[in-house]
Amino acid sequence: MTHRSLNDASPTPQQTGAGEAPALLLKGIDKAFDGKVALSKAGFRLAWGEVHALVGENGAGKSTIMNVATGVYGPDAGEIIVDGRDVPLRSPGDAVDAGIGMVHQHFRLVGRFTVAENVALALHGAGRRVTLAEAARLVSEKSAELGFGLDPNAVIGRISVAEQQRAEIVKVLLLGARILILDEPTAVLTGDEARALLTLVRQLSRSGHAVALITHKLQEVSDHCDRITVMRQGCTVMDAVAMEETPVDTIIREAFGEVREAPRRQMAAPGAELLRIDHLSLTQDTPVLDDVSLCLRAGEILGIAGVGGNGQSELVACLNGVLRPDSGRIALSGEDLAKASPAHRRRAGLRIIPADRFDSAMARGLTLAENLALTGLADGRFGPWWRLSRRKMKQAAAKSLTAFNVLGGTPSTPAALLSGGNAQKVLLARELAAGTKVVVAHSPARGLDLRSARAVQDLLAEAVADGAACLLISEDLDEIMRMCSAVSVLNRGRLSAPLTGSDLTPNRLGELMVGHA
Amino acid sequence: MSDTFLAWLTVLPGYTLPLLLASLGLMISERAGVLNLCPEGFMAVGAMTGALAVLAGYSPAVAILCGILAGTGLSLLFGLATVVFRADHTLAGLATVALGLGITGVLGRPYVQKPFDGLTRLSETSWGEGLPRLLGQQNLLLPISLILVLAVWYWIFRRPSGLSLRAVGEDPAAADVVGIDVQLTQLGAVLASGALGGLAGAYLSVASAHVWVEGMVAGRGWVAVAIVIFAGWRPRGVLFGAILFGGAEAAMLRLQTQGVEFPLYLGAMLPYALTLLVFCIACARRGRDNGAPAALGRVYLRQDKH
Ligand SMILES: Nc1ncnc2c1ncn2[C@@H]1O[C@H](COP(=O)(O)OP(=O)(O)OP(=O)(O)O)[C@@H](O)[C@H]1O
Ligand SMILES: [Mg+2]
Repeated sequence: MTHRSLNDASPTPQQTGAGEAPALLLKGIDKAFDGKVALSKAGFRLAWGEVHALVGENGAGKSTIMNVATGVYGPDAGEIIVDGRDVPLRSPGDAVDAGIGMVHQHFRLVGRFTVAENVALALHGAGRRVTLAEAARLVSEKSAELGFGLDPNAVIGRISVAEQQRAEIVKVLLLGARILILDEPTAVLTGDEARALLTLVRQLSRSGHAVALITHKLQEVSDHCDRITVMRQGCTVMDAVAMEETPVDTIIREAFGEVREAPRRQMAAPGAELLRIDHLSLTQDTPVLDDVSLCLRAGEILGIAGVGGNGQSELVACLNGVLRPDSGRIALSGEDLAKASPAHRRRAGLRIIPADRFDSAMARGLTLAENLALTGLADGRFGPWWRLSRRKMKQAAAKSLTAFNVLGGTPSTPAALLSGGNAQKVLLARELAAGTKVVVAHSPARGLDLRSARAVQDLLAEAVADGAACLLISEDLDEIMRMCSAVSVLNRGRLSAPLTGSDLTPNRLGELMVGHA
Repeated sequence: MSDTFLAWLTVLPGYTLPLLLASLGLMISERAGVLNLCPEGFMAVGAMTGALAVLAGYSPAVAILCGILAGTGLSLLFGLATVVFRADHTLAGLATVALGLGITGVLGRPYVQKPFDGLTRLSETSWGEGLPRLLGQQNLLLPISLILVLAVWYWIFRRPSGLSLRAVGEDPAAADVVGIDVQLTQLGAVLASGALGGLAGAYLSVASAHVWVEGMVAGRGWVAVAIVIFAGWRPRGVLFGAILFGGAEAAMLRLQTQGVEFPLYLGAMLPYALTLLVFCIACARRGRDNGAPAALGRVYLRQDKH
């Protein structure tokens, strides 16, 4: 293991320009998991001083190839060349030594440790002996340099996702990474946070780092990246093309084939009132939901915009019946559900798509058939209480999977192995099954590629066209503007009156989202 | 200080130290995420090997070292099974206990009930009365154990390698990507638990009972498992728990020798009843977060999706 001194963490321009060897060159990478091919002859070419976008649909192999580059997965075949040298990456430690750092899609931070402890751990892993106090000082310095304002002594589990991401970046840079790989960093950020991050990424590339950025947001790619690589089904289909020469349409076609137009904002006259929330309030130490009222009619999609953490999750939990509000009424078609159990609400036709599908909707270890059957076990669809018919479960699952166009999984695939988009479609298949009156969807397209996102939005729009109603809670203004005819803003637990018609503009929403009303 | 209390204090370390040492080792192993049910087995081989070494004519110090080595050897098997071959921690642990008890039963049979001198006290009589006499009655392992508790605490919470150990138990994937060898850390932690378990066993035979009988560990290994949970995987809690359980056992026996009448089996059962009671109270008070390492008992494979 090489021991670098603490001071040469950031590269000097002289170092970086030298030789014009690419910072990172992956050639002919093959990788299969238990016989299932994830990468076949995939490649990636990253130059010093650039911001390089890596795009592709869910399950294309973007994370996998970067995990190969960081020594997490050993490739079955292929070459990895770092700065002109053939380096054997047998473990993540080797990649750290080679100056490669990755901010993973799911952060690799110990939740119970402080920021400084996580950094000390990383430095220790790289063979550098620092005390906790030194690590804290390093964090403070680096964080000040990057304009992060991180508290080195904050416990990871207690800070926001954006702050956790900053901790990851600080950690990776303090490890001396000159090649930086960010796996869908903006998926978890709000608009402003994302812009700040992309600006920082640009600064890093100017100071000589090489940055690879995995993302599903093509706007970011065309605004902030120098070159782009597109992957599809484990292969590289566009290899390091300069952004100026590439219209976005070409990228979309390469990555996804044809993509249908976004669903149009529905304009049908709303029908009967389905969901009514009156004066819902919830206090946990501080007021989380403050006198929230809304009314949702059949055939209507009501958007709830707002920066995450302003009461969205709690609102969903109250609707789900997991949290009991302090006061207020929740009525579905006139029936008061405020005290009803989650099971009763589901039977009554209230269906929830939570933000984290694996945290509170699906079980990773169960197969798709089992996940799909979970909500139908009580009504005897799959046999009486003493018997569970696997055959019936599988048949029903096969039908749903085809109907919802789920790719990459059969009824007996474990849910954990599906790509994000396909897992989300499975969840929709389950929740939009017969009897749906109201769907509450919380960030349903988060982390999904363009095509899956459209597919999910289509499915929601279809359900609404069939007479259901949808409450779309999202931080993505594009999505909200496209899908909804009326939008309210949730800010510090207070819900604004819905904006409609010509009042409904991104600017007006933005004002309400940051306002102190 | 009453005589009874003083007498209790005098025998207290004899009951506390085996529990303390075994649970301290166990805590190290579990801090690295390896669910470890083996202490009963480690202690059994430690106790037997120590006794055998003394009977073979070695000095008590060497005998205790032999006990430590025996515990470490058995833990190496457990470590290979769980860390290298990724066997289920619970099953491998139970198998290790069975193996340890089995080995001692077979190899130790000819040496049962043969008293020996074993480890001597710091001083027999010369230190006078009261507290000095109490201290004189102890052996060197008392200060050594207390220093060990302190050292382990310092190591786990103040040293970088302790930080790695805890990280591996909390989130092996996070430790792995920064270049910490998860397997090596876990193996080291398991060996430490074996060494301390062996030491605890050797204490029982060489330092405390001065004789070896089959089954002399008598469930103390399981109490150690309970102590670690009760302690919330913290050295301070382990010390406190060991004193609590050891003290209860010592008190039972004192009362019996003083002629307090009650059924033998009830007395033997009491430590376990106490375990259960203390548990319920501790768990109820702590609520949801019992301090267990987040990845305790999980088998980590880098290639898996995390
Ligand atoms: N550890 C693993 N075990 C088994 N299969 C895996 C593993 N990691 C990835 N895969 C599979 O390999 C394929 C590529 O997955 P990968 O995570 O690289 O996709 P991705 O392009 O990053 O998608 P997303 O945009 O959803 O993050 C998928 O089919 C996935 O299910
Ligand atoms: Mg990915």
